[in-house]
Amino acid sequence: MIPAAFAYHRASSVDEAVRLLQELGDDARVLAGGHSLLPAMKLRLARPGAVVDIGRIEGLRGIRRQVDHVEVGALTRHADLAAARLPAGLEALAECADRIADPQVRRRGTIGGSLCHADPSADWPAAVLALEGQLVLVGPGGERVVPAAEWFVAPFMTALQPGEILTAIRFPVPQARSGSAYLKLARKASDFAIVGAAARVTVDGSGRCTGAAVGVTGVGDVPYRATAVEDLLVGRVLDDQVIAEAAARAVEGVDPVSDVHAGAEYRAQVAQVYVRRAVQEALGRALSQPA
Amino acid sequence: MSQDSRVRVRIRVNGDVHEHEVEPRLLLVQYLRDVLGLTGTHVGCDTSHCGACTVLLDGEAVKSCTVLAVQADGGEVTTIEGLAQHGRLHPLQEAFWEHHGLQCGYCTPGMIMSALDLLNRHPDPDEETIRRGLEGNLCRCTGYQNIVRAVQAAAARMRAAEAAAAAGGGDD
Repeated sequence: MIPAAFAYHRASSVDEAVRLLQELGDDARVLAGGHSLLPAMKLRLARPGAVVDIGRIEGLRGIRRQVDHVEVGALTRHADLAAARLPAGLEALAECADRIADPQVRRRGTIGGSLCHADPSADWPAAVLALEGQLVLVGPGGERVVPAAEWFVAPFMTALQPGEILTAIRFPVPQARSGSAYLKLARKASDFAIVGAAARVTVDGSGRCTGAAVGVTGVGDVPYRATAVEDLLVGRVLDDQVIAEAAARAVEGVDPVSDVHAGAEYRAQVAQVYVRRAVQEALGRALSQPA
Repeated sequence: MSQDSRVRVRIRVNGDVHEHEVEPRLLLVQYLRDVLGLTGTHVGCDTSHCGACTVLLDGEAVKSCTVLAVQADGGEVTTIEGLAQHGRLHPLQEAFWEHHGLQCGYCTPGMIMSALDLLNRHPDPDEETIRRGLEGNLCRCTGYQNIVRAVQAAAARMRAAEAAAAAGGGDD
């Protein structure tokens, strides 16, 4: 399978990429690692007349610890994140990265590319939602920041505006005694998530939950924050019964999708189970932190 | 604006530098097979699942059906043809042969390139590490048992060769 012909532009800076996107207009697509765009182009689901390759722009790849957040460059490979040493509470990032596709794909695919492609069954959305990532966009008008909860607009559609490029994702460093986890149901090796659940939990000295965030992918037509679950966790001492009661609301307000891999009812059931397990895992990690 | 304007690429493949004007849409696997005639790298699924097209790009296993030749510009590629040295098969090639790590052989070049990347990272992998490390390569013949055995045998041989070389007793 061969992509339709396109004009190739290699940007050497973010400014140049933004300028190229302005010049080329709607017909241009941004190429990062190419592991979402190229398969789509080979199947001719995407036929851009021009491709702007940002893959070599200096400074867009890597993980930088800042005072109150961790900044992940948009070109950071899944494999980089799977191997990264991250602050306590951000475990779900590495865990999620390590469950994406297979080793070869993890070496080429980028977190930024995946988030911009916005496949509703991709792994990253769950973790980025639960860890309250902030997406940093640069466009003709300068920089703006979009919270993960506002990023996923529709299947394969995000809050990215024409001419903008995602340059980084900032993850707030969670408070002391926080833990996070990502769990995924996939039918076989290399697959997308039928259900993916990420949870971040913070507890105080007495073990009471002071903060919780849950992200779910693969279930609805867009990845979402399971706020009904979060509301039942915060303020309570989390035992198995409380967690199960909260996780039972994992698909509240969501219409689970049906496809060849799983029916809606099955997805709803698995979402509850995986959210419960992800919260339990995250809680265990939070409790293992010094008070 | 022209959509067929070619792009000059310079890629080192198995040690030799090649320069060509290529169409931007040319995939790395096509460049290797159709432009350079290195047909050891196979096209299997052509959808970045099966791993038959795996090569090393700058030392890392990648699926060459999902990389444009222009993305590999300036890079260094190793294909299955680049493994044998001085007329001697690579330990992985020998081990796949001795342990029947292949039947039809279609997946083998990609499987070996992935295994090489795995052994570069984990010189002494356990079975679980091998199976996870080869998750991106599908084999429809062997059931993987003998592939795992072959990788284990190659790992032992490569470690022994390394130890011998470190002791000054290398025979190459």
